[in-house]
Amino acid sequence: MPADFISNLYVFILAGFVGFEVIKRVSPLLHTPLMSLTNALDAIVVVAAIIIAGRHETRLTTILGAIAVAASFSNMVGGFVITDRMLRMFKSGRSKQS
Amino acid sequence: MSELALQQYLDFAYIAAVVLFILSLRFLSSPTTARMGVLAGEIGAALAVVATLFNPEVAQYKWVLIPLIIGAGVGIPLGMVHMTAVPQRTALSHAFGALSAAMIGIAEYYVGTRSVTRFQMGEIALEVIIGSLTFTGSLIAAGKLQEILPQRPIVYRGQNIVSLSVLAAALGLAVALVVNPSNTLLFPIMVIVALIFGMLLVTPIGGADMPTVISLLNSYAGFSAALLGFVLNSKVLVVAGALDGSSGFILSVIMCKAMNRSFTNVMFGAFGQVQASAAAAQEERVVRSANAEEAAAILSAANKVVIVPGYGMAVAQAQHKVRELYDSLTKKGVDVRFAIHPVAGRMPGHMNVLLAEADIPYDRLIEMDEINGDFPQTDVALIIGANDVTNPAARTDQSSPIFGMPILDVDKAHSVMVIKRSMNPGFAGIDNPLYYLDQTLMLFGDAKQFVGAIVRELGGGH
Repeated sequence: MPADFISNLYVFILAGFVGFEVIKRVSPLLHTPLMSLTNALDAIVVVAAIIIAGRHETRLTTILGAIAVAASFSNMVGGFVITDRMLRMFKSGRSKQS
Repeated sequence: MSELALQQYLDFAYIAAVVLFILSLRFLSSPTTARMGVLAGEIGAALAVVATLFNPEVAQYKWVLIPLIIGAGVGIPLGMVHMTAVPQRTALSHAFGALSAAMIGIAEYYVGTRSVTRFQMGEIALEVIIGSLTFTGSLIAAGKLQEILPQRPIVYRGQNIVSLSVLAAALGLAVALVVNPSNTLLFPIMVIVALIFGMLLVTPIGGADMPTVISLLNSYAGFSAALLGFVLNSKVLVVAGALDGSSGFILSVIMCKAMNRSFTNVMFGAFGQVQASAAAAQEERVVRSANAEEAAAILSAANKVVIVPGYGMAVAQAQHKVRELYDSLTKKGVDVRFAIHPVAGRMPGHMNVLLAEADIPYDRLIEMDEINGDFPQTDVALIIGANDVTNPAARTDQSSPIFGMPILDVDKAHSVMVIKRSMNPGFAGIDNPLYYLDQTLMLFGDAKQFVGAIVRELGGGH
């Protein structure tokens, strides 16, 4: 088993626990924005896509990489835009009156 | 700058991005700090993307920048959709995320065919299978939510055997590839089989189960990104994927608990089939109905009103009329709150977003566990487009298919009013004994028009 795998497994397990602890505290009120925000964060796969497309090894990998860049970047941009739009709508009774 | 030093700067940028991502989710714990969370996420993502553009491995920019522009061009309109379209937009973004992860995994296989080890092959195969099935599964879910595809469960005999055989075939091909990674012919077949399995997985699932399905697909999309991180040895992907995956997983667990069902039951249970006959067996019973004038009189005489919104409110686009009702009752000194069941609507938190869009303050939106104790002191429970989540049979009738599901205890309120189109049983075909109780009044009509009529009556009253 490669050494990289073990160190990645450590990171994965620790990040999983951090995720569990952090997300447990998110109010059910915000479960929809939570989903769109984690979607935008998950779109960080765009960095891998950029490298695949940019390496320009074969025509096939460049095409696959380019599709991946477009798909994940649209998630990133769209995810942040819609999350912010949703969160702007959540107003408390007090701030509504002021 | 030497290449090694540059690589270290890139790693620092990724570490900063990871920290900002965790903070981003941390800020989401309260609505008051939540927008800072978006900002933290944006800075982290921008940092990582810009750093990557400086990676010396990027030899050409044309096929990086053009797709980035296309991505932004698609993403911005998808971020501007109407709030009622958020569930299908979310399903579509799971599809995009999974597509991207699958494409990179496939590219990684074709880049490294000669040197790929069996272990790497196993990682790639698993990653590509999960990414592919999540892609087609999410597309089907989005199609159902957009009502391009029928929302009712599509089922046939032997369905589960067929679906599971297709999954077994995909896994079998993966094993064959691990045995012989250079068999390039098997790889595309495995991808196609996984794509078919994704369709088979989601097609039989009905609209009412969408909150769980969307959460599960969310979790798959996250875990496919994390697996991709293993394939590429990229810690930033492992962390982001683990965060997204665990978020989707937690939401799935919450949704399943809120329906008192297991994952396997949601995925393979084909809800809605069995109950059709059970509902038909119900004898005719008497219901009492009322018009808008009577409903307005009862509401304005009340001290405490709890409104229970459901998917029907979203379908009728009634949330803005509901806000007007909230305003006019509040003006008369009535205490109005909203009871939110975790699976109301088509995705987790769906009702909260719709009501927040209609400008209802979020401190009036109360979760099920918190509000259930208050129903005995509630004068009127007004149900708008919700059905199963208010069905008292879930507490009392062991033969009911939803027995054991936690519900909103509206039947404990002094009086109950239900806005409903007709007496047809709801989506799952389960009869609701709530409608035949002595304190229940049925308000037959379209949710938006009926609430509008009540508002007019209230306006004329003073």
